[in-house]
Amino acid sequence: MSDVADRVKKIVVEHLGVEADKVVENANFIDDLGADSLDTVELVMAFEEEFNVEIPDDAAETIVTVGDAIRFLEKNAA
Amino acid sequence: MRRVVVTGLGMVTPLGSGVDATWSRLVEGQSGAGRITDFQVDDLACQIACQIPRGDGTDGTFNADEWMEPKEQRKVDPFIVYAMAASTMALRDSGWEPKTYEEQCATGVLIGSGIGGIGGIYEASATLIERGPRRISPFFIPGRLINLAGGYVSIEHGLKGPNHAVVTACSTGSHAIGDAARLIALGDADVMVAGGAESPINRLSIAGFAACRALSTNFNDDPTRASRPYDKDRDGFVMGEGAGIVVLEEYEHAKARGAKIYAEVIGYGLSGDAYHITSPSEDGDGAYRCMAAALKRAAIDVSEIDYVNAHGTSTPLGDELELKAVERIMGNAAGKLSMSSTKSAIGHLLGAAGAAEAIFSILAIRDGIIPPTINLDNPSVETAIDLVPKQAKRKEVNVALSNSFGFGGTNASLILRRVS
Repeated sequence: MSDVADRVKKIVVEHLGVEADKVVENANFIDDLGADSLDTVELVMAFEEEFNVEIPDDAAETIVTVGDAIRFLEKNAA
Repeated sequence: MRRVVVTGLGMVTPLGSGVDATWSRLVEGQSGAGRITDFQVDDLACQIACQIPRGDGTDGTFNADEWMEPKEQRKVDPFIVYAMAASTMALRDSGWEPKTYEEQCATGVLIGSGIGGIGGIYEASATLIERGPRRISPFFIPGRLINLAGGYVSIEHGLKGPNHAVVTACSTGSHAIGDAARLIALGDADVMVAGGAESPINRLSIAGFAACRALSTNFNDDPTRASRPYDKDRDGFVMGEGAGIVVLEEYEHAKARGAKIYAEVIGYGLSGDAYHITSPSEDGDGAYRCMAAALKRAAIDVSEIDYVNAHGTSTPLGDELELKAVERIMGNAAGKLSMSSTKSAIGHLLGAAGAAEAIFSILAIRDGIIPPTINLDNPSVETAIDLVPKQAKRKEVNVALSNSFGFGGTNASLILRRVS
């Protein structure tokens, strides 16, 4: 697993209070990990913070699974 | 009007987590005051507060994780965590667990706070200024709103009845209990989870209340002696934090399910000073009128009051004005009255104060013990009323009155009576 994936997973575990083994690539934040719409906004903010990147709202809307986040950040993070 | 009784109690205070820990330490005459260590105080006029003892939950310490998931705690100001803890305690104590849809709809929440999430607003303001609007959390607003204490409690316990909140500064807790009792009396609900919660110990609040010249500043090196209502050396109140929550229930509803009944809420009075934003009216008329209104509602003679839990914040002006108002309303019965200020021990819980003090009044009725006014070495005035200096006192209490007065000139009195 890449460094980005590890860091994403850690943030998801911390923010959503879920077990690490549930944070798999195809896990949907809302359907599988119990997040609500506000949690997803905060998750995106946490990704921005961790990876020092700005995620525009239209891009944020496409990040619905753990894998989406990893792929976006691998591509866009410095 | 339907009768309203108290069937559950819950509290988190600077003396401990839970009713038992708080009450036993209160009766022993302990103080919850200490120096503030959580933030920089060396440039503040007041450097002390009554803070909740935190720990693993044993020996009366408060372990927030027992009452709210850590990931939820992170989203809210502590007043909501305290409200969650005290509400769960009170509901467990009452044995009321609404399960059917009808039971849920008949059970409501009315929890207030004086200033709500001021600590979080302070921190978010710094974030906004230093790092810009994109760093403001989506939980910033819902985690600071005063009515979100009641919101969270309703979600946790599935309470679908009236969902309301009170904001009347230091009268909040009393107004919340009084208003909730009326909702039951009028038939809007059968059970209400009611009280107040406050988390005001941060640099901004301390600076603000110190600027109002409301806080004690002469006892920074001797914090446990700072809150000293009626004493001639008093110089302001000591900030506290916590929550007090009661379960109120329609009398027949409580009886039908065999619930333990602590007391009946027989009187509730409200008044306004229409005088000054922070000072009580000089003639004590607002305090007198709210006690008179509560007595009228209770339909009892003033001589039936055994105990008054005073507002008594330890400010130079307020204590004597309240005392004069109580003397005036008691008339010839003043000589047999006991009146203490438990703020001497727990400090001033602002919006939670009235609720915590209503609980102390109920426990005085239950146990026949009047908690003391600690630190009362030299009363600043003579009075026929027993101010219960320093030591708790055994005395049968059938009727207790609890006073709360707030900034803005908002006053509330509750009268509670033993149910025989």
